Amino acid sequence: MSSGYESSALTPDLTRLRDEIRAYAIGYGLDPFEVIFEMVDSDQINSLAALGGFPVRYPHWRFGMDYDQLSKGYQWGLQKIYEMVINTDPAYAYLMKANNMVDQKTVIAHVYGHVDFFKNNYWFSKTNRKMLDAMANNAVKIRGFMDRYGQDEVENFIDHCLALENLIDPFLPFSTPKKAEHRRNDPRGLTEEADEKPAEPVGRLKIPHSYMDPYMNPPEFLEAQRQKLQDQNKQQAHNPPSPQKDILLFLLENSPLHDWQYDVLRIIRDEAYYFAPQAQTKIMNEGWASYWHSKILTEKALKDSELIDFCDHNAGVLAMAPGKINPYKIGVELFRDIEDRWNKGKFGKEYDECDNMVAKAKWDKKLGLGRKKIFEVRKVCNDVTFIDEYFTEEFCDRMKLYTYAFNRRTNQQEIVDRDWKKVRDKLLFQLTNMGQPLIYVVDGNFQNKGELLLQHRHQGLDLDTRWSRETMRSLSAIWNRPVNVETEVDGQKKLLSYNNGEFSERFL
Amino acid sequence: MSIYNIKRDHSRFRQIVKGKIKQDLKKYVTNGEMIGRKGKDLVSIPIPQIEIPRFRFGDREQGGTGQGEGKAGDPINGQPGDQQDGEGQAGNQAGEHMLDVDLTLQELAEILGEELALPRIEPRGHKTVKAKTERYTAIANQGPNSLRHFKRTFKETLRRQIASGTYDAKNPIIVPIRRDYRFRSWKTDEKHENSAVIIYMMDVSGSMGDEQKEIVRTEAFWIDTWLRSQYKGIETRYIIHDATAREVDEDTFFKTRESGGTLISSAYKLCEKIIETDYGPSDWNIYPFHFSDGDNWSGEDTRLCLDLLDKSLLPMSNQFCYGQVESRYGSGQFYKDLKEHFGTSHERVTLSKIENKEGILQSIKEFLGKGK
Repeated sequence: MSSGYESSALTPDLTRLRDEIRAYAIGYGLDPFEVIFEMVDSDQINSLAALGGFPVRYPHWRFGMDYDQLSKGYQWGLQKIYEMVINTDPAYAYLMKANNMVDQKTVIAHVYGHVDFFKNNYWFSKTNRKMLDAMANNAVKIRGFMDRYGQDEVENFIDHCLALENLIDPFLPFSTPKKAEHRRNDPRGLTEEADEKPAEPVGRLKIPHSYMDPYMNPPEFLEAQRQKLQDQNKQQAHNPPSPQKDILLFLLENSPLHDWQYDVLRIIRDEAYYFAPQAQTKIMNEGWASYWHSKILTEKALKDSELIDFCDHNAGVLAMAPGKINPYKIGVELFRDIEDRWNKGKFGKEYDECDNMVAKAKWDKKLGLGRKKIFEVRKVCNDVTFIDEYFTEEFCDRMKLYTYAFNRRTNQQEIVDRDWKKVRDKLLFQLTNMGQPLIYVVDGNFQNKGELLLQHRHQGLDLDTRWSRETMRSLSAIWNRPVNVETEVDGQKKLLSYNNGEFSERFL
Repeated sequence: MSIYNIKRDHSRFRQIVKGKIKQDLKKYVTNGEMIGRKGKDLVSIPIPQIEIPRFRFGDREQGGTGQGEGKAGDPINGQPGDQQDGEGQAGNQAGEHMLDVDLTLQELAEILGEELALPRIEPRGHKTVKAKTERYTAIANQGPNSLRHFKRTFKETLRRQIASGTYDAKNPIIVPIRRDYRFRSWKTDEKHENSAVIIYMMDVSGSMGDEQKEIVRTEAFWIDTWLRSQYKGIETRYIIHDATAREVDEDTFFKTRESGGTLISSAYKLCEKIIETDYGPSDWNIYPFHFSDGDNWSGEDTRLCLDLLDKSLLPMSNQFCYGQVESRYGSGQFYKDLKEHFGTSHERVTLSKIENKEGILQSIKEFLGKGK
């Protein structure tokens, strides 16, 4: 490859700076992976950003599309990528050659925040830390398929897979490990499962003392348990046995795919799972990194002469445009709010039940638990639990948050409410399942005709019909048989069907 | 670390947007834009996007959370989903003039070429060799081992063994012999540069009104764009004339309004002189364009013009183009005279009548459609 695509290592100045900031970060208790910083120019960082931060991906037009937008935005001075870091061990981060020292400091500190989060947040614990290699291998594989089967053919299949990219189950990696692994190439997985029949008769409750047995496991109870087991076995014949959220997995295991198509679909699924925690922790991750870059810079790393530049840029990063939520801002403010509350003891039954507003405002038990608390939060929470647990009325008021909705009469988006519970619920709704509709695969042999049946679990919002149809086209391209989606439109249950180029709908 | 070259993905995306490949994706193309700023003007930077379909919620229904002042029922300034990048406040500048900036002139010329089905121009004149570059793109039978092309050698051996029947599919051993070896080798690329000059002549006598000049200006721009896409380092010269001719710069060319009589021969004489002094016809591709409303002072001058064309201008030029702009005051006689003299299918003369702005496109096609 020509040197135009070659990044370079840190300058001695920046190496010193990196070591200095790393030492500060560790001094504060952060625990990051090793970070390898690469120096890149603007075109390289735009390329990298388009590729999701990875230097080598398989060929696909959508990377070119993102690059198009990023480079135009950069050329016209509308947007600029300050910081990029990928979740691997060691982590890779990119510094823009053209940035000044203050920006470099900020970015390095910010990166250490992210990398600490990657390493220690529970929701990242199952991600592949060697993803750099995995992505490169995937690229080689797909390029090989393209050489063999033609670029259009393979790319079209990738397009179909990408349409279904969001149909995964981010919690699956945390359930039993066996389920998380797909089985097509591993028949042994099946037999092992069969071997693991419990020695105890099923359904018998474990009891510490045998004399209790007749009381805790009476015959009627055992009979009911047996019945239940029989029902379960009957369901086993049904595929999937119970509604399954990881539709990509279901397709991998059950679709009539060529080997190369199987590999492509598996690659898309693997990469989707890799990126899922980042979508699940956007607010926290950015908030955490922003919290630490502010702290490290203002308390340690900043020279007096650099203060104004730092504040200027920091304000830009944390700015909120009306009508939008900036995850950096909400995240960092909420972390600070938590730290403040636990420092002052503003939590627990006593505080919650106090109805003297003056006392509440002045509340300070000088507990000093703040730092410890935010480290705990960064370890166990994701965005949903973060907001659910720590979003308070005071915080909502202080941040001036509201909910809005589209008013059909005036044809514009209007503020609806400032009630903190409603704001919180709306935020949670947007964050749950990463803002995507909840869709499950229910039946792989619908109407006993080998058709696929998906079910949309309606939670108040209808699916976009046009997009659903287009997606079903892709679904059917993979399933190779008609596909159906059960959903709700304007309060009525409806079945959308796609059969060989024809769409149909009927009420249920 | 090496970064994957994204340019190929980029050009593939551009081709999809233009509808050249993967037609079925075309329907997902949305035309977003970014608002940029260039001096005082706001510019609209189109950012086409292709959205891969997903199961998702209906757009407007969704609502959301926001931040800022206002009470229930107030509209949100800056609708969500708007591009709100940059420091300028979007919204309060609506109605200002916007320029589209997406296309480069090169792309514009390509579109023009495709739209009007213009043939590529065959340059003439000496091809002066500008530069030689060596690129290892060829394959040779001889060469040093360090340049041995494994794949080709393998193929060659395979081919020989299959042809001679010594290949056994069950025991696929490939043994190359000396003449199977293939080596990477270089090709010398010679870059030719062709030079071209356009000489625009325009009648600026009293009868040419603003509208006529506007037509000439537009047409000249497009012709310029096309020829520039065909030749590197094109030169342009401008002549205006009424009863006398003089050479001017581009700006003056389009803005001047003189009044007075018209002696077309004066322009042709000046044109001849410019060519003779600066552009040797053996090295240059020469394109004289003349725009007028067709009113010449006298029949005698017209004869002089025809004479000049026959004897000197035409032999020197690739193509002589005469565009006659319809004018309320002009008689249009000159077009008729030229047509009578050269006929409609003269090798080097192209005549075109431009009745109004709508006629420009047709006229460009007439001028450039010959590929000379």
